[in-house]
Amino acid sequence: MAVGETQVESGSEPGTKEVETGWRATLRKIKRDTTARWGLYVITFVLAITAYTLIDGNLSRLTFGNVSDFAMAEALPIFEHPERLPPPGEADTNVPPAFHADGSMAHPLGTDPNGRDYFTRIVYGAQVSVSVGLAATFLGLVGGTIVGAVAGYYGGWVDDLLMRAVETVYAIPPLILIIVFTVFVSGGSPDVRFAIIGVGIAFIPVFARIIRSEVLSVREMDYIEAARAAGVKDRNIILRHVIPNSFAPVMVYATLQIGVTILIVAGLSFLGFGAQPPTPDWGEMLQTSHSYMHSNVWLSIWPGIAIMITIMGFNLFGDGLQDALDPRIND
Amino acid sequence: MSSESEPLLRVENLKTQFFTEAGTVRAVDGISFDVHEGEIVGLVGESGAGKSVASMSLLRLVESPGEIVGGEITYKGETIFGLEEGPDGELQEREDMLSNQEMRDRIRGNEIAVIFQDPMESLNPVFTVGGQLREFIELNRDLSSEQARQEAVEMLREVGIPDPEQRYDEYPHQFSGGMRQRVLIAMALACEPSLIIADEPTTALDVTVEGQIIDLVDDLQEKYGTSFIWVTHDMGVVAEICDRVNVMYLGEIVEQSPVDELFYDTKHPYTEALLDSIPRPDKTVGELDPIEGVMPEAISPPSGCRFHPRCPDAREVCQRVHPENKQVDTAEGVPHRAACVKHDAFDVGYDESVPLAKSPQVTADSSANTETSVTDPERGTAGSSGGEGSE
Repeated sequence: MAVGETQVESGSEPGTKEVETGWRATLRKIKRDTTARWGLYVITFVLAITAYTLIDGNLSRLTFGNVSDFAMAEALPIFEHPERLPPPGEADTNVPPAFHADGSMAHPLGTDPNGRDYFTRIVYGAQVSVSVGLAATFLGLVGGTIVGAVAGYYGGWVDDLLMRAVETVYAIPPLILIIVFTVFVSGGSPDVRFAIIGVGIAFIPVFARIIRSEVLSVREMDYIEAARAAGVKDRNIILRHVIPNSFAPVMVYATLQIGVTILIVAGLSFLGFGAQPPTPDWGEMLQTSHSYMHSNVWLSIWPGIAIMITIMGFNLFGDGLQDALDPRIND
Repeated sequence: MSSESEPLLRVENLKTQFFTEAGTVRAVDGISFDVHEGEIVGLVGESGAGKSVASMSLLRLVESPGEIVGGEITYKGETIFGLEEGPDGELQEREDMLSNQEMRDRIRGNEIAVIFQDPMESLNPVFTVGGQLREFIELNRDLSSEQARQEAVEMLREVGIPDPEQRYDEYPHQFSGGMRQRVLIAMALACEPSLIIADEPTTALDVTVEGQIIDLVDDLQEKYGTSFIWVTHDMGVVAEICDRVNVMYLGEIVEQSPVDELFYDTKHPYTEALLDSIPRPDKTVGELDPIEGVMPEAISPPSGCRFHPRCPDAREVCQRVHPENKQVDTAEGVPHRAACVKHDAFDVGYDESVPLAKSPQVTADSSANTETSVTDPERGTAGSSGGEGSE
């Protein structure tokens, strides 16, 4: 009954070979790329630790308060809640790492001047640093994608209005913008949540510009015209046709940006505008430890290493993703 | 093909212009044609003649800086575009004109569908072919996801795609060009529209696949009774598939006739030149005869008849008089229109006018022949290019 049944065309052999497409193909390319693979391993490792700290509240006894709720940790000063002091080694402040002559395996990375186990704090620091990095990047990504896609798709005065607004934000140095925003919004009591929003807003411009430039070429594609001719609503054209086809470079940039975000949030915490003590954020830990630099240099080295490894992981992965998503580089 | 009944689509004096920095481009400048039910109407012309802009105007999909500035488009008695004089004397959109939302929800896709030129570019590369087809059916036909899927597979089968269940989950890049064009045809047909605008659908395909696609469209057209507007520059395709033909030149329709008359009783020198520039099975020539020059820019069209600078029959009067598309003949009750002053319907003194200086011998020869030969289909086309070395 099929009208064109007899007209079988050559060109692709159905059923002979399963061709991998989409995400599977991208993942396969990444697995083949050694550096990208290591990036993926590191990210997986860091994310696994983060996930673990979120599930296991028990370990948090070893730090100040329940770190999965940093607002609470902040609200509960140690003097009022002595029970939250880490049970082991209460008196053992400034214990050096295990490989040191005075160290012990009870505290593999030693303890801080308050007697808190440093290993636990680094592990829980992953939760704060990584989730803040991811959340802020995600915020910038979503905001930037919407702004950029709408501006690029409609063009004209919509484009002018949105892009000029975005460029105004772009003209302000990000750290200053974030600090001013945090101070303004938090009303003098800085909190890591405000830092997330601030960093997210500061990143909207770059994402918006990247996706807009992609959208400008994608919107001229015949399939956009075809969707329009088929009576698809503008909103659905943007969401289903324009954004998915402009997303690859933004995705790569976002992956690379996560590392930068973590660094910026660490910097903010270091300056006192991000996570507040006693929340174990890597940046905050660097900040508190820098006054002990002479007595115990390891307190500064561990969070530094943690930040470095995490950022490197995201960067390696981002580079690999860029290659994997680039159609010009074939396998 | 009864021209008495109300046509499915009627276009009257449609004008679409692009307001660019360099000036106003009159891409479509007052074209009128109609499409009856079950008919395939050709829209033919060189690149830049305004064919695609005209067809996009029918869906009101002309993008800024382009704008439909005049004329009337009526589809099944509903006004797709129409202007009237407002209280302030300015032209304004008529009240009975369909709103943008009605156009989107009811007309586009459901009533009038489009098949685009480049099958490589017309499918979204990030979604599976079946997914796109399903989405489209779901969107326009109010079916559940599962029903729409079944329907999509059925449509793929209908347009001759082998293993439709399996191909359903594949991506556009896994399809060959001809296959993709089949998918696009399936997409266009999926909502059983009454009219399909095919915008050069076979231009990007090689001739064998082109042949298959044309056969497929022919079969499907018979089965569903869909009307087509077939936009093309390929006279061979026109002869193969169209019932009636509109020849466009620089935003205007210069000749309008049933397909056979167009080929055997050509009335406009431009159509003639088009036909001379392609090989034809019914005519053996030593060398093909291309049209001289290129089409001028629509931003500053030539005075008088727009084709006169390239026309072998051009005379002095052609520079002054801009011919309308007038009925010059009747074939089986259907009017044959042409916009050329050399016909008797135009009384502007063509016969007394001096031929333009360009290439005198060609002009004199062919114009002398046309007067007598046009009535004779056997000799008509051969006669008009008689001096060109027929064997």
